[in-house]
Amino acid sequence: MSASTTSTTAGARVHARAQEGTVVDAMPLLPASAHPAPPEGVEPGALRWSERIAGGGYGHRVLARGTHLRLTDVDGDACASLVVYNALEPHERLNVADTVKVQWQVYAGAGQLLLSDQGRVLATVVADDSGRHDTLYGTSALARNVERYGDGSPQGPSPAGRELLVLAAAKHGLDRRDVPPSVSYFQGVRIREDGSPEFHGSAGAGRSVTIRFEMPAIVLLADTAHPLDPRPEWSCGPLDVLAWAGEPTGADDALRTASPEGRRAFLNTDDYLSARGIA
Amino acid sequence: MSITDYGTQIHRETVAARAPWSRVLRAGEVLVIVDVDGNQAVDFLAYDAHDRAAYSVPATLQGQASVFLTTGSVLRDAEHRPLLTVLDTDVDRHDTLGGACSKESNTLRYGHHTRGQHACAENFLAELSLHGMGKRDQVSNVNWFMNVPVDPDGALGIVDGISSPGLSVTLRAERDTLVVVSNCPQINNPCNGFDPTRAEMIVYSGVAS
Repeated sequence: MSASTTSTTAGARVHARAQEGTVVDAMPLLPASAHPAPPEGVEPGALRWSERIAGGGYGHRVLARGTHLRLTDVDGDACASLVVYNALEPHERLNVADTVKVQWQVYAGAGQLLLSDQGRVLATVVADDSGRHDTLYGTSALARNVERYGDGSPQGPSPAGRELLVLAAAKHGLDRRDVPPSVSYFQGVRIREDGSPEFHGSAGAGRSVTIRFEMPAIVLLADTAHPLDPRPEWSCGPLDVLAWAGEPTGADDALRTASPEGRRAFLNTDDYLSARGIA
Repeated sequence: MSITDYGTQIHRETVAARAPWSRVLRAGEVLVIVDVDGNQAVDFLAYDAHDRAAYSVPATLQGQASVFLTTGSVLRDAEHRPLLTVLDTDVDRHDTLGGACSKESNTLRYGHHTRGQHACAENFLAELSLHGMGKRDQVSNVNWFMNVPVDPDGALGIVDGISSPGLSVTLRAERDTLVVVSNCPQINNPCNGFDPTRAEMIVYSGVAS
């Protein structure tokens, strides 16, 4: 009987170190500047976060004000659930109800402001070639995925979005009660006149949404099947994440004055950040 | 259904215009909320009385066929567990998309001159503080008697109410549930007919099923 190569600390160390360089489909790329195809006009040195999140996985970061975050639905089967917090005071967070109410619009897309519960702009959607999104149905819960698929645990075959977001939140000192309703990108829902939802699904492979952060932000992402996905089997494709340093919405940007509500939201944001010495 | 079907009346209280209210309902107890003077939005949150898991708009919507609340709607917490069931309503539908008014969102919706006005978020934060809870527990809520249609183009807005004096909504607690109410003080949109008024809370013992 031959000795195992990992029966000693030295052997285990050699074994562990030999694993470096393994490439899998879903993984982070470090440094982010090594990304082979930065967006047009973006220097490799400005890249801040490059990662492919597997279907059923999650990602999270603290992003500086001005950072642009591009999410890409690689195979046309991703569903990115996004939650955003003010990194300076995380009890201020994305408020989907205020986001849709203040802007008089439930459908997400380019030009939408992601508003906090404090009347400020956490982020703005600056580009969107998908158009299939949802602001009302949030993400899945463990109990519901157990009911629908037989399992909803993060380590299982059909992870619940809330369980993934809870893990992501925990890594920023936030707990289960800190995870509010999320916005979902790449799986569309429309509301019929009688109030019933119509699931439109994906717009196809390669579609992207780009979000610009107007405040220092804790960003949580879960990539898992939309709660209204009608397929009996759980299914979710990979999500590409690419972020780069940039500028927040400028003083002369048309987005600032696109609506009176948005104009006042930017004023509130400037007021808060300037008092903190940030902008 | 006559209210006597809900068992013995154990509490009855009028919530003043613009005021908060809260109470722990034991599993099986029934709460009747009365729009006493007509078209008064009653902003409403619910929590598991023991582990304090909060009401969830998405979980509630995932469990039913419409974005509106009506008879048969089950209000769920974020873990998808039932907190309360709507047993009956005199008003066709109630809102859970529009959230609560706040001093902060009022500045966006109407202008900075409204900053000094009272708002539901103030009522929620004050009332939650009495239960050792706070800002992190304040989530998006139910708006009983508030009318928020969604147009085919996605436009959503608070429009004139469809309630009238004396109409009510009846809820049964499926677990021990903390309910927290803000009798909405909003005066800048039609949710209270531009005139905040009283709401009445009647609690019944429920009947063994």
